[in-house]
Amino acid sequence: MTPCADEKFRFATGARNYRAAEQCTAEAIIEVASTFPPIRSSQHHDFPAAKLNRLAAAPAFTVLVGVVLAAFVVALSVGSVALDMHAIVQALGSGDDSTARMIVRDLRLPRAVAAFATGGSLALAGALLQVLLRNPLADPYVLGVSGGAAVGTLLTMLIGAAAWVTPLGAFGGAFASTVIVFSLSRGDGAWSPPRLLLTGVIVAAGWGALVALLLTLAPDAQLRGMLFWLIGDLSEPPSTWIPLLTLALGVGIALPFARDLNVLSRGPIAAASLGVAVTRLPWLLFGLSALLTAVAVTTGGAIGFVGLIVPHAVRLTLGNDQRITLPASALAGGALLLIADTLSREVVAPTQLPVGVITALLGVPTFLYLLARERR
Amino acid sequence: MSGQVLLAACGLAVTIGGKWVCSDLDLSIRRGECWAMLGRNGAGKTTLLHTLAGLRAPAAGTLELAGRTLSEWSGRQLARIRALLPQDDYDSFPATVLETALVGRHPHLSRWQWEMPRDHAIARAALASVDVAGAETRDVRTLSGGERRRVALAAMLAQQPELFLLDEPASHLDLAHQLALLDRLTGIARQEQKALLMVLHDVNLAARYCDHAILLDHGTAVAGPGAELLTSERLTALYGVALRSFRDHGRNVFVA
Repeated sequence: MTPCADEKFRFATGARNYRAAEQCTAEAIIEVASTFPPIRSSQHHDFPAAKLNRLAAAPAFTVLVGVVLAAFVVALSVGSVALDMHAIVQALGSGDDSTARMIVRDLRLPRAVAAFATGGSLALAGALLQVLLRNPLADPYVLGVSGGAAVGTLLTMLIGAAAWVTPLGAFGGAFASTVIVFSLSRGDGAWSPPRLLLTGVIVAAGWGALVALLLTLAPDAQLRGMLFWLIGDLSEPPSTWIPLLTLALGVGIALPFARDLNVLSRGPIAAASLGVAVTRLPWLLFGLSALLTAVAVTTGGAIGFVGLIVPHAVRLTLGNDQRITLPASALAGGALLLIADTLSREVVAPTQLPVGVITALLGVPTFLYLLARERR
Repeated sequence: MSGQVLLAACGLAVTIGGKWVCSDLDLSIRRGECWAMLGRNGAGKTTLLHTLAGLRAPAAGTLELAGRTLSEWSGRQLARIRALLPQDDYDSFPATVLETALVGRHPHLSRWQWEMPRDHAIARAALASVDVAGAETRDVRTLSGGERRRVALAAMLAQQPELFLLDEPASHLDLAHQLALLDRLTGIARQEQKALLMVLHDVNLAARYCDHAILLDHGTAVAGPGAELLTSERLTALYGVALRSFRDHGRNVFVA
């Protein structure tokens, strides 16, 4: 190669690796430059292409709402006294004081509503946190909420406080943990998802040690109740409508920002340049996730897997458009926990299993199946 | 319309981490112009680009976009006038190529509005123009680095801005795509009377495609026509590497 051709070549390539460049000829470069290898579509990684269309998402939502309604019907009908559809409608509608009415309206419906709202809240909080922290392993408890709630609950149980104090202890613990994690990760003002995540994990580890300490100190008579709470148990929800209202609030606040979250997953700089409020929006939604989780934990204890697995399952089946993922996660999480709670009442009746065991037993194989299917 | 000032900086001072990027920079980017920003690693090119994009506040000086102070624009309004291609592409969650390109339509849609067929057509055309047509349903995470770069460029084209701000647009791209994409971007800027400012590391690409330049060197920034700044003396001083220039087909070619 003559010096002149060499220089032309360097210009043409903009090559910085001159040694490699010398092995080519200018003609070869021109030939390369004139062909553009197109990216070919591959069946292996194709998504359901219609995802972006909200009309195409309608069947999925119809199915989800159908599953939720069916789960409610089953939850209201099965139990020590089996009720058919007619009896349930009568019990819900009429004003008589039959046993059926008492069973449905005072026992099964509140528990079913609490289960649905708790599952929906956990799944929504998980979906939000996974996007905000850009970490697929994030779940509602990543900010240490469940650990704080557990310590609060076990303390009130240990000192033998009245039953109505326990939920206050749970919520207080969850709230305190959130404040601790947020203020510590704020530090000198610099803030980032990894820092928040790490602070949450460390604070959660601290709560874990305190939980172990409290369990060690607890008298044997209280251990079973404490363990049930720790695994997650919906047999005595302290409130029915507070979790449902919280879930409605959560969906109502998160949904208007769903497209902003889609943009945020392109990275903070790209999102800021596209007009997303990249400092304010995450704080609003972190706060919302913490509230959803605190209410859920207060209602049903530290129920695992729902908040981690449901958003992933929704993403694997419906794609990753938050306008679809967020409401679908809320519905699917609610349905899953409602079904799991019904099973926990029925599988070895009259003994009730902690619902957290059922969610894990249902959730883990379902999730592994979806994951394996994606890889195929 | 032609020659109208899109972005004007006056007495601009930018600092990051106690270090000066520039202290008294004046520049006017007009419609139809293509600017290159050159400087060593760590000179503050990205920081200055983000400041010009309105993403961080300058330490001093004023910035005007289309005749209005930058801070008076809302984020959404800004996003319809200027677009920024970040240095790195983020793909932490599954998303299709088409979805990724449609992100560029975000500032054009109201809060509850969904992408219309028109937005899909714009995004598909943008993908076709960066040579990614036919891959719309693929997961971006399965693409190569260069292909992802082109999808990010497509999202920027779908944004349809007046001012393109690009942080190393040619990174990860093979030679053919570097030339094709810079041809296309500078073609848009010149023919459609938009403007373009890109951070580049390749002085020959800068000389080939840009008529103006910003040189960042140890806390001082100089902005001006390429004929004055893209010379072997200037660039030798900038990089501390002896560069010679040659004329080839009416263009300057730099060789170390």
